[in-house]
Amino acid sequence: MKLKGEREINKKIRNLAQKIYKKHKKNLDALCLIGIKRRGISIAQRLKYELEKFTNIKIPIGALDISFYRDDLQMIALSPIVRGSEINFSIQDKIIILVDDVIYTGRTIRAALSEILDYGRPKKIELLVLVDRNYRELPIQPDYVGFRLKVKKEDLIDVFLKEEDEKEGIYLKRR
Amino acid sequence: MKHLLSVNDLSEKDIYKIFEYASQFEEVLKRPIPIVPSLKGKTVLTLFYEPSTRTQTSFTLACKRLSCDVVNFSFSGSSILKGESLLDTVKNILKMKIDGVVIRHSVAGVPHFLAYRLEKERVFVINAGDGTNEHPTQALLDAYTIYKKFRNFKNLRILIIGDIKHSRVAHSDILIFQKLGCEVYVSSPYSLLPIEFEKMNVSYLPDFREKLHDFDCIIALRVQKERHNLSYLSSIREYHLLYGIKKEDLNKMKKNALLMHPGPVNWGIELSYDVLEDERCVILDQVFNGVAIRMAVIFLLLQEKYENR
Repeated sequence: MKLKGEREINKKIRNLAQKIYKKHKKNLDALCLIGIKRRGISIAQRLKYELEKFTNIKIPIGALDISFYRDDLQMIALSPIVRGSEINFSIQDKIIILVDDVIYTGRTIRAALSEILDYGRPKKIELLVLVDRNYRELPIQPDYVGFRLKVKKEDLIDVFLKEEDEKEGIYLKRR
Repeated sequence: MKHLLSVNDLSEKDIYKIFEYASQFEEVLKRPIPIVPSLKGKTVLTLFYEPSTRTQTSFTLACKRLSCDVVNFSFSGSSILKGESLLDTVKNILKMKIDGVVIRHSVAGVPHFLAYRLEKERVFVINAGDGTNEHPTQALLDAYTIYKKFRNFKNLRILIIGDIKHSRVAHSDILIFQKLGCEVYVSSPYSLLPIEFEKMNVSYLPDFREKLHDFDCIIALRVQKERHNLSYLSSIREYHLLYGIKKEDLNKMKKNALLMHPGPVNWGIELSYDVLEDERCVILDQVFNGVAIRMAVIFLLLQEKYENR
């Protein structure tokens, strides 16, 4: 079942970019975006595009692959494609906006935080997600949320983005 | 892939998968904190019945960079173990609840024996050199070093110089390069060619100097004094004159060729002292690549183990 379409997603991303800008306009030069592979990166790229409309400062963007930080090897076995992380700038004393498509249990974000901290000591890390769904298993909450969805534990939320998929939208799959 | 005993255990696809992971781990090794927690709680035992510095260190580091516990078990000297003792080792390993064994032994086939005995136990075995037979992780890191430079193996010409008879590195290297589509040439004194040489499907060059400009990669092998190499040679000095790579040889090589050596180098025998400065000499890059390759192999073997549970 389709819950949101391309226009709603883009409007929401513009909206989130505005919120980030308002909050951090005094230290935009410390701001950077890090997307979690794969769709987090596409969202981070769109945010970068929107943010750079407000400023001439080029906002650095990085990619995180948390495969090696999962707490279980079995999970790695399920996603056999490891793409590697690319953070080609120093994150020391930066304000990082960590970006992912969906937050669910919070375990991905836990892994991402551990990985970022191995790259250096940022001043601050904030979390942005396009979809916040219920049933968290760790005490991790996002700072910026696109859509809040209340679904059953066994339901699946899929985010498709044009950069990665053939279609765009947020879909609910009941099981 | 359950174990890594021989290059023959690997398909071309496996080899490229190992390269792909190795390049991810290379990125990890260059981070401010070069360690990932993926193998927390796993344990690997390194059993070295033969002296080794870089291979054992490389495996140990590879484990530690993956947060895998590692127990190093070394035998002083190179005493050949009797069958019973090896079986005893197996029984001990089983009681120690470990996930994998990295073994080096002076007798060919010992890693295979170990793997056979551990078949039901979900413990992987990596051959880190068995006698004069094979050394598959060295072959992987050699091939990876070439891959990073050329990104392709098809029609590359590779020359291996030295003790083809006793060198496990040469045996594994020849297998992997042929599998990947390279043309392999060897050069050595006749006395150091193996008996079954014709079956290896490689070309023999008695004098390689004329053709140095033809090769994309030249691998000099170590003169293995511990394997009685000296009795196969009239003199070390003659070996250096005929088969050693010297500065003037570098001038005849292609500008983008690679010069490799599995180490440890006998400087002044296989290579003259002044070649290390040349940028085509990538011996130290091989050492760095070795850690990334071994991380990839250990990671993939353990992943496989848990995938099939």
